Amino acid sequence: MSASPALLKLDEVTKVYHMGDVDVHALQGVSLEIPEGEFIAIMGASGSGKSTLMNIIGCLDRPSGGHYLLAGEEISTFDRYALARKRNQTLGFVFQNFNLLSRTSAVENVELPLLYAGLRTSERHKRAGAALTRVGLGDRLDHHPNQMSGGQQQRVAIARAIVSNPRVILADEPTGNLDSETSGEVMGIFQELRESGITVVLVTHEPDISAYAARVVTMKDGRVLSDRRQEPRRRAPAAAAEVSA
Amino acid sequence: MNILQTLRVAVLALLRNKLRSFLTTLGIIIGVSAVIAMVAIGEGAKARVEESFASMGSNLLVVLPGSTSLGGQRGGFGSMPTLTWDDLRAIRTEVPTVKYAAAQLRVSAQLLSEEQNWNTSVYGTTPEYFAVRNWPPSLGAPMTDSDVESGAKVLFLGQTVVDKLFGPNTDPVGQLVRMKNIPFEVKGVLQRKGQSPTGQDYDDAAFMPLKAFQTKIQGGLQQYIAGVIYVGADSPTTTTRAQQQITNLLRDRHHIGPGTDDDFSIRNLTELASAQEQGTRTLTTLLASIAAVSLLVGGIGIMNIMLVSVTERTREIGVRMAVGANPTHILSQFLVEALTLSIAGGVFGVAIGLFGAGRLAANFGWPVLIRADIIVISVAFSGLVGVVFGLYPARKASLLDPIDALRFE
Ligand SMILES: Nc1ncnc2c1ncn2[C@@H]1O[C@H](COP(=O)(O)OP(=O)(O)OP(=O)(O)O)[C@@H](O)[C@H]1O
Ligand SMILES: [Mg+2]
Repeated sequence: MSASPALLKLDEVTKVYHMGDVDVHALQGVSLEIPEGEFIAIMGASGSGKSTLMNIIGCLDRPSGGHYLLAGEEISTFDRYALARKRNQTLGFVFQNFNLLSRTSAVENVELPLLYAGLRTSERHKRAGAALTRVGLGDRLDHHPNQMSGGQQQRVAIARAIVSNPRVILADEPTGNLDSETSGEVMGIFQELRESGITVVLVTHEPDISAYAARVVTMKDGRVLSDRRQEPRRRAPAAAAEVSA
Repeated sequence: MNILQTLRVAVLALLRNKLRSFLTTLGIIIGVSAVIAMVAIGEGAKARVEESFASMGSNLLVVLPGSTSLGGQRGGFGSMPTLTWDDLRAIRTEVPTVKYAAAQLRVSAQLLSEEQNWNTSVYGTTPEYFAVRNWPPSLGAPMTDSDVESGAKVLFLGQTVVDKLFGPNTDPVGQLVRMKNIPFEVKGVLQRKGQSPTGQDYDDAAFMPLKAFQTKIQGGLQQYIAGVIYVGADSPTTTTRAQQQITNLLRDRHHIGPGTDDDFSIRNLTELASAQEQGTRTLTTLLASIAAVSLLVGGIGIMNIMLVSVTERTREIGVRMAVGANPTHILSQFLVEALTLSIAGGVFGVAIGLFGAGRLAANFGWPVLIRADIIVISVAFSGLVGVVFGLYPARKASLLDPIDALRFE
């Protein structure tokens, strides 16, 4: 797997936040290569720069220094429009707090990326329905977020992240608001996605969760502390079947 | 994302806060409905004024005799007869732009029918007078030259006089009406003409041929005209020229040297009508400024609510950006929302304005004149207000940083 060319390549990436007179060095030179199809977990203490790194990888933010290549393209120089296009087509984001639009049905939430991609209504509906079915919510298309459990909401968010067939899924503490049973279900979905060839980058505090990844990067004070490979934990087949039921 | 999809998102967002959206558009609704109502009413009033000027007579000039000037006391126009019958003939024959000219003499007199009596203005005049004033009979016959020459004792009654002396919907032609104990035969009834611009009833009048008036009512023929001359010019465009030519003619005939005041005056009713129109135009300008102020206030209301909306929905904006919305998508979403609000306000305003104008006009008995151009301008202007005042909040939304927006509490 390490032989394939890197889909994500960070080279001495730094990020400095200016807070009045104080400069906060959130990233102090992170170099990382992530090949296509990898399932990688990023761990580290609070404030170590995990979310900052995810935002840069996810094209929500630009690095202060260094280089970031996404599928061979230098992102540091992209303008807001080009970044938006990357977020729309190459990347999918899953947040800790789901970030679904309230008073908007599951299927409409999932259609959102396709709306900005300029797809026709019928095509959007078809693909959003398929994405929801893939995360086991084919029967909940018209439910609103406030009618769903946390695990179901996170699955809607995952459906939204995968609906435009991105190459990378970025999940910043996706199980932070879920109990361990539901967390296991969500991780099962991520493993399925990885198996279908999508690169998954996951931030977590919990070793239980990082156990699902094949590679664990640990950060400290804006730097990579360790980078190791492991045999990923497999989700029990019975429970996985329950998810897709 | 095409415009229909953007519009759908905007409408859904607005419908989520129905009451707030409605209250926001209220300023625009009031502004536009006021404009629509007042323009419709103003046009109705203007049409009525034009109608009443038209009913006075077309291309009309009235020549009044001069003022007395005894011992420094000046009596005002009409207080001294200075116009002669020769002047009238000269106006008729020597001024090329004059089509008709007729003297009008007046007394106030009591008229008696078999059953009733009525005090009205009785005028002595010639057939041209009715041509100048566009005033044909509705019953009986018009006045003829032979009526004048023979000194026939005949009367032509206005509709109000007929109503008072004989009752409504009666045909008095051939009946006798006494005046100063002299019997006159009713030869014609004049068409109803309505009110003058000042509210005077044109139909409360009776007319008799000039010669009979001079011999039976005023007593004896005179050199001077004890009344006024009505002049009809060729066309509206020659009215002012005719006025100038008559002035020159009369000054010449009355041997008035340069630097001396006229001993007569000429009223140009076309000018009066355009003065009235000028007044209407001033009113329209005033209404336009009222409209501008209310639309400004409405626009500020929209800006205010859109700013609130952008703040409330900062997270939503962040989510949209995270899934691929670019600054233009966000800008157009909020701009279309402001535009939808303001145009909906404009359309509501037009509906309410038309309804209100209809009700008011029905009360006053005026015609309602709906001007399509004003409706289009009002709605378009509302839209412009929406764009102008929606632009700042929309721009603010589009410039949000995706991460800041997502973190916003
Ligand atoms: N917008 C910001 N402005 C200023 N400083 C920031 C900003 N975002 C992050 N930081 C700082 O950058 C550092 C890294 O923050 P980051 O959110 O990446 O940490 P994290 O590893 O995700 O922590 P956690 O596990 O608590 O989520 C912290 O010191 C934080 O205070
Ligand atoms: Mg974090």
